[in-house]
Amino acid sequence: MSVTQTPFRVAVLDPDAERPSGLKDGQGRAAGRRFDVYRNNVAVSLSEALEAAFPVIRKLVGEENFKILASAFLRAHPPCTPLMMFYGAEMPEFLGDFGPTRGTGYLSDVARLELALRESYHAADADPVDPTALQALPAEDLMQSTITLAPSVRVIRSEWPVYSIWRYNTEADAPKPVMAAEDVLIARPELDPAPHLLPSGGGTFVAALSDGQLFGAAVEIATNASETFDLGAVLALLIETEAMTKIGD
Amino acid sequence: MSNKTKTLAVAGAVAAALSATMTVPAHAQAKEKCFGVSLAGKNDCAAGPGTTCAGTSTVDYQGNAWTLVDAGTCAEIELPEMADGSARMGSLEAIERDLPQG
Amino acid sequence: MLDASNHQFDRLPNKPGVGYKPQHFTAITENAGAVEWLEIHAENYMGDGGRPIAQLRHLAERFAFSVHGVGLSIGGEGPLDPDHLARLKHLVGWLNPASFSEHLAWSTHESAFLNDLLPLPYTESTLARVADHIDELQDTVGRQMLLENPSSYLAFEESTLDETEFLREVADRTGCGLLLDVNNVFVSATNLDTDPRSYIDAFPLDLVQEIHLGGHDEDKDDHGAPLLIDSHGREIADPVWALFEYTIRRGGARPTLIEWDNDVPEWPMLEAEAQRAATMLETAIT
Repeated sequence: MSVTQTPFRVAVLDPDAERPSGLKDGQGRAAGRRFDVYRNNVAVSLSEALEAAFPVIRKLVGEENFKILASAFLRAHPPCTPLMMFYGAEMPEFLGDFGPTRGTGYLSDVARLELALRESYHAADADPVDPTALQALPAEDLMQSTITLAPSVRVIRSEWPVYSIWRYNTEADAPKPVMAAEDVLIARPELDPAPHLLPSGGGTFVAALSDGQLFGAAVEIATNASETFDLGAVLALLIETEAMTKIGD
Repeated sequence: MSNKTKTLAVAGAVAAALSATMTVPAHAQAKEKCFGVSLAGKNDCAAGPGTTCAGTSTVDYQGNAWTLVDAGTCAEIELPEMADGSARMGSLEAIERDLPQG
Repeated sequence: MLDASNHQFDRLPNKPGVGYKPQHFTAITENAGAVEWLEIHAENYMGDGGRPIAQLRHLAERFAFSVHGVGLSIGGEGPLDPDHLARLKHLVGWLNPASFSEHLAWSTHESAFLNDLLPLPYTESTLARVADHIDELQDTVGRQMLLENPSSYLAFEESTLDETEFLREVADRTGCGLLLDVNNVFVSATNLDTDPRSYIDAFPLDLVQEIHLGGHDEDKDDHGAPLLIDSHGREIADPVWALFEYTIRRGGARPTLIEWDNDVPEWPMLEAEAQRAATMLETAIT
């Protein structure tokens, strides 16, 4: 009899499903738990990919709990492309729905941060602008220019102290997070992406630049959003992290 | 604020930013950039652990097996539970409470 | 003789290579020892840039490369993923590796990618499908590919062809070459109660352009019979080395890869496995 790949896939992902028929061992007997080799390969390889992608989430919920989380996630959201480096895009939403994690609101944003770090790691290379070009340009012209950000730049805007939580779980002696909204810039000078806390209004400003707003308009949007917006501090961060690749069209 | 004032403010901010970052390090050579931490590539063609473990154990998809014993650092972080600020402190207790019955 | 100085790695040398792991970058660039070429899993190098691509560009100046796909699902019932075909074409296009290979297996079904090499029955209809997919891949990428024999943990009642017949026929119809994984031969033969040397005897060794060697684990099935797992997580087993020697004595030396993907050891241990392969390859008739 013919074994199509549909029941095979269903049984691979569901250990409670009946194993497909038509499979045998070398003696012609039913394959039995030989089929479980495939079940394990799939579950373990996808779980390990999630462990690699979300080390901070794993630390936050605990290793044993993460196994439960991964096991539920991989069945709800098997990968939809063969690129395992980007597996787990649905994790932020999943954490917001999954019973045991639903109440812990910051987990979704931490997952967004971890996904963004990975995207940044694999993003295209680009040479940063020479920072002195910023000053060489008359301020009137700069106001009317767009700023191109490096393909590895990401901004995470959160109601939670997402940067402080990330640091608390990755750096020894980092302070315990206290409640505050935090915006995070992820940038990749050379080849190592890292998150940086954006000063007040910085998230709005960088997001506006990223949307293609002119520099002057982005300043205006950020100033309206935050009374304490400090353009100098945000620009210093963008320069230090080599986040800008082009001024003007 | 007039446009002129804005422009002056921007010029001032640019100058401040540049003076704050005068010592941008020189770029490493191509080969040196290759060294450093690599994130694991998770595509490979190896098989897993045989017939026992993760894929075949009866998994608790609802999270009923969620444990407070191996609670991660969530247990140490005291933040309000929900983003609306409704102060439900102590996330791990909340996790237990949110479990479906059975 | 391959002239390693001209940086034109048209083909892999009949010497040992290893599966490249980023943690070995420094060791490899300082002293690669017996290792003369490197293999990567294609899907780990399909990002747009960053360190993986930078390391690959750097190493490709000194080493011949093999691009080994693990995710195309050539044995899948559905059509090949056009996006993934395009990614393979791009990678193989810029890197121009000495060798390009994929598996006789499936991993994608109705857009779900299962990250494992799943088995297929060997029938006239699966043969036609696999051959069509290989035609499409070779047409898209614009070069010959090598098809690798799988590790089997079970067999299909509906199979009507031997695996060796199936592979020979696919190669005949498509013009693809073959990649002979000697550990897979040993694992499958043990698991399905067949003789590994008979498999080698039946295999079209003249079509083999690359050999794989890797470690396996031992488990048991419901009846207590040995069930070997293709884990790539330890040294190559002695009977697999013996089967490798048997293979190259019959078919001649070939580019031979040491695969170690789980519990990856420090470089010296991996290099020692390559050295062992090098010694055997030197004594084989080329």
